[in-house]
Amino acid sequence: MQFTSADFQRNVTKALNDPHLQQALKRGMHGFVDKRAEAAAAVPEFERLRDEAREIKDHTLKYLDYYLERFEESVIRSGGHVHWAADAIDARNIVLEICRKANARSITKGKSMAGEEIDLNEALEAQGFEVVETDLGEYIIQLAKEPPSHIIAPAVHKTREQVTELFHQHHRALGFEQRQTEVTALVDEARQVLRKKFLHADVGITGANFLIAETGSNVIVTNEGNGDLTSTIPRVHVVTAGLEKVVPTLEDMTVLMRVLARSATGQEASTYTTIFTGPRREGDEDGPEEYHVVLIDSGRTAILETDFKEILRCIRCGACLNHCPVWSSVGGHAYGWVYSGPMGAVLTPLLKGLEATRHLPNACTLNGRCEQNCPVRIPLPAMLRKLRHRQYEDNLTGATTRYGLNVWAYLAKRPALYRLVTNVAARTLFLLGKRRGRFSRLPLAGGWTRGRDLPAPQGATFHSQWRARNSS
Amino acid sequence: MSESREKVLTRVRRALGRGSLDERTCSQLAARISSPPTLTRIDFTEDAVERFVIKARGEAATVARIADDQEIPDAVAQYLKSHNLAAKFVAAPALRSIDWPQHLDIDFGTTRGEHESGVTPCLAAVAETGSVVLLSGVQTPTSLNLLPDNHIVIVRHSQVLRNFEDVWRQLRERDAALPRAVNFVTGPSRTGDIEQTIQLGAHGPRRVHIILVDDTEA
Repeated sequence: MQFTSADFQRNVTKALNDPHLQQALKRGMHGFVDKRAEAAAAVPEFERLRDEAREIKDHTLKYLDYYLERFEESVIRSGGHVHWAADAIDARNIVLEICRKANARSITKGKSMAGEEIDLNEALEAQGFEVVETDLGEYIIQLAKEPPSHIIAPAVHKTREQVTELFHQHHRALGFEQRQTEVTALVDEARQVLRKKFLHADVGITGANFLIAETGSNVIVTNEGNGDLTSTIPRVHVVTAGLEKVVPTLEDMTVLMRVLARSATGQEASTYTTIFTGPRREGDEDGPEEYHVVLIDSGRTAILETDFKEILRCIRCGACLNHCPVWSSVGGHAYGWVYSGPMGAVLTPLLKGLEATRHLPNACTLNGRCEQNCPVRIPLPAMLRKLRHRQYEDNLTGATTRYGLNVWAYLAKRPALYRLVTNVAARTLFLLGKRRGRFSRLPLAGGWTRGRDLPAPQGATFHSQWRARNSS
Repeated sequence: MSESREKVLTRVRRALGRGSLDERTCSQLAARISSPPTLTRIDFTEDAVERFVIKARGEAATVARIADDQEIPDAVAQYLKSHNLAAKFVAAPALRSIDWPQHLDIDFGTTRGEHESGVTPCLAAVAETGSVVLLSGVQTPTSLNLLPDNHIVIVRHSQVLRNFEDVWRQLRERDAALPRAVNFVTGPSRTGDIEQTIQLGAHGPRRVHIILVDDTEA
C-alpha cells in the first residue's frame, strides 16, 4: 500500500473536508467508547486483568526466544510448519512459495494486520492469484481499493450509501441487479458472494490474535466467522503473525482474550474464538491438509532493543483509536499507513523511520485517554513525547517550532525573566483585547486563529493569580 | 534450519542483551508452561447452568430446556417446524446413537453448505460467556458449526463449566494434544462493519439454538 505519512497535514485537511468521511465517523464511532466503558464496569476483575495482561506480555517478551522456539516445536509436533521471516520480503516470498506449491488459484483471507504490513495482497495478485478478503469490512475496502482505516473496523470510514454503490458496481456482473440500500440486504448480498469464494478457495490466509507456545496453536477471534471458514475449508491454511503474538499457555491467552473483547467492542467474548492446531487429523472429513505459520520480524526485534519495547505488548484492540480525539476527527487514512491513532503514531515511526513520519507523534493532544483505556497499559502519551524529543534531537523538528521551543526553554530556565515577560505579554494582550474579549488574528499565532478565536487574557498571569490566592 | 530462523533468534537475543538462556531459566520457563500460573477469572455466584442460559440468550442464541435425552429428536423437530424449516438436516456422526424417528431426514457426516440446518454435540459450555465449545474430529466435523444457516447444539447440564480455565483442564485430561480446531461459539454470526450496525448472519449460522438437557440425577 502507499505510504503517505509524510503528507499527514495534507491528508488531514482532506479528511476534515470529506463530507462522506465525516458522516461515517459521526454515525459509526459513538458506540465504541460507551460499550467499552460498560464492559469494563461490569466486571470488578477488569483492572486486575489489565495488570495481568501487561505482566504476561512483558514476561513473554523478556523470554521471547524461548517461547518462539517452544511454539515452533509444538507446531511441528502437531504436523504443521513454521517459517521465519526476517523482513517483509521474506514473508511475502514464503507465502508465495506455499501458494505456488499448492497449485493455488483462489485464496481467501481473514483479516491480518501483519498481512497488511507486508503488502501481501498486492504480492499475491501480482503473481496471478485471486485474493478475496472475507471480513466484511476488509472486503468493502478491497473493492474500494483502499487500505483499512481502523484495526477492528476497517471500513468504518465508509457510509452505507458508499457500500451500496460499491456492491452494485462489483456484484452486478454476478447477477445482483438490484441496488441494496439497507444494511440487512447488503450483508446478505456479501454473504452470498463470499460463500462461493469460501467454498472454492485453495488456500486460506489468516492472521493470529495469539500464538500459544504450549500447544503450537494460533487463536483467531471474529464475530463474523470468516476466520473459521478461511481456516477450515481450503486445502492449505497459512497464518501470518508478528513475533510478538506468542504467549506461553492457554491460561495466559485467556486473560488477554478477556481484555481484548471488552476493550475492542465491549463484548464479553467475540462470537467466535477458535484455537487452531495443525492440519486435519487422520479420518477428519474437513480442515486443511497443510498448516503453516509465518513468524514475521520485520522491525519488531529492532523495537525490542529500545525504550519503545512496550509497544510490542499491543494486542490490536483499537481502543486507543476509539478514544483518541484526533483519530475521531480525521479517521485512519490520514496517518498514511496500516496503523493509525495513538498506537499507529508510535508504531509507524518505529517501523518506517522517524523522518517520513515526523507529523504523527505531534498529532496528539496528550489528553491521555489512550493510555487510560489500553488493555495492556502501554504508556502511549509518554512514548509520543519521547518520539517528539527524539525528533528534536535528530533535527527533524521544523525551524519555527525549534525556534519557539528554544525561546521558551531560555525563559523557562530563568524564572524572574519568565515572570517579567509573561506579565508584560498578559497585560498587553489584556489591554489590546479588552473591547472584544478575544482575538481573531494575532502575529505568530496564525495556526490557532485560522480556525478559532483566541480568548484575551484577563490581565494577570497564572503565577501571579496563584500567589495572590495563596497569600489571601 | 533456515537462515532466517537463526537471524531472527539472534536478533531477539541481541535485543534482549544476552545470549541463549541458561538451563536453569529454561527449566523454570518449561515449568511455567507445564503448570500454568493461576490468573484472574471472571467470578460469579449464580448457578453455572442458569448463567449460561442468560448469557447465551443475551448473545442472541435461543435455548430450549428438556428433561432427558429421549426428548432430543422432538426438540429438534419442533425447532425446525417453528421456523418453517424442512425436517432435513446434517448431524454430526457422534449423534448416530440417538434414536431418531423416521420422519426426520438426516445425513450423518460433514457438509459443504448444502444443508440448511445442522445438529451437533459439544465438548462443554462456558457459563462465564454463554459459549459452547466444539471440537473438530471424525465424529464431529467442524463444517457443521459454520456452514448451515441454522446450528442446533445439544448441551447437557453436566457439560456446563464455569470458566474457560475449566475447559483447558478438561482438554488436557482428554488428550495431551489439542484437536485441530476448538471452536468457542457465542450466539449467531454477526457483523458491525456497515456503519457499526449489528447484523446477524454474516458468514456463519444465522441462528444458534441450544437444546439443554437436564441430566442431573433427581
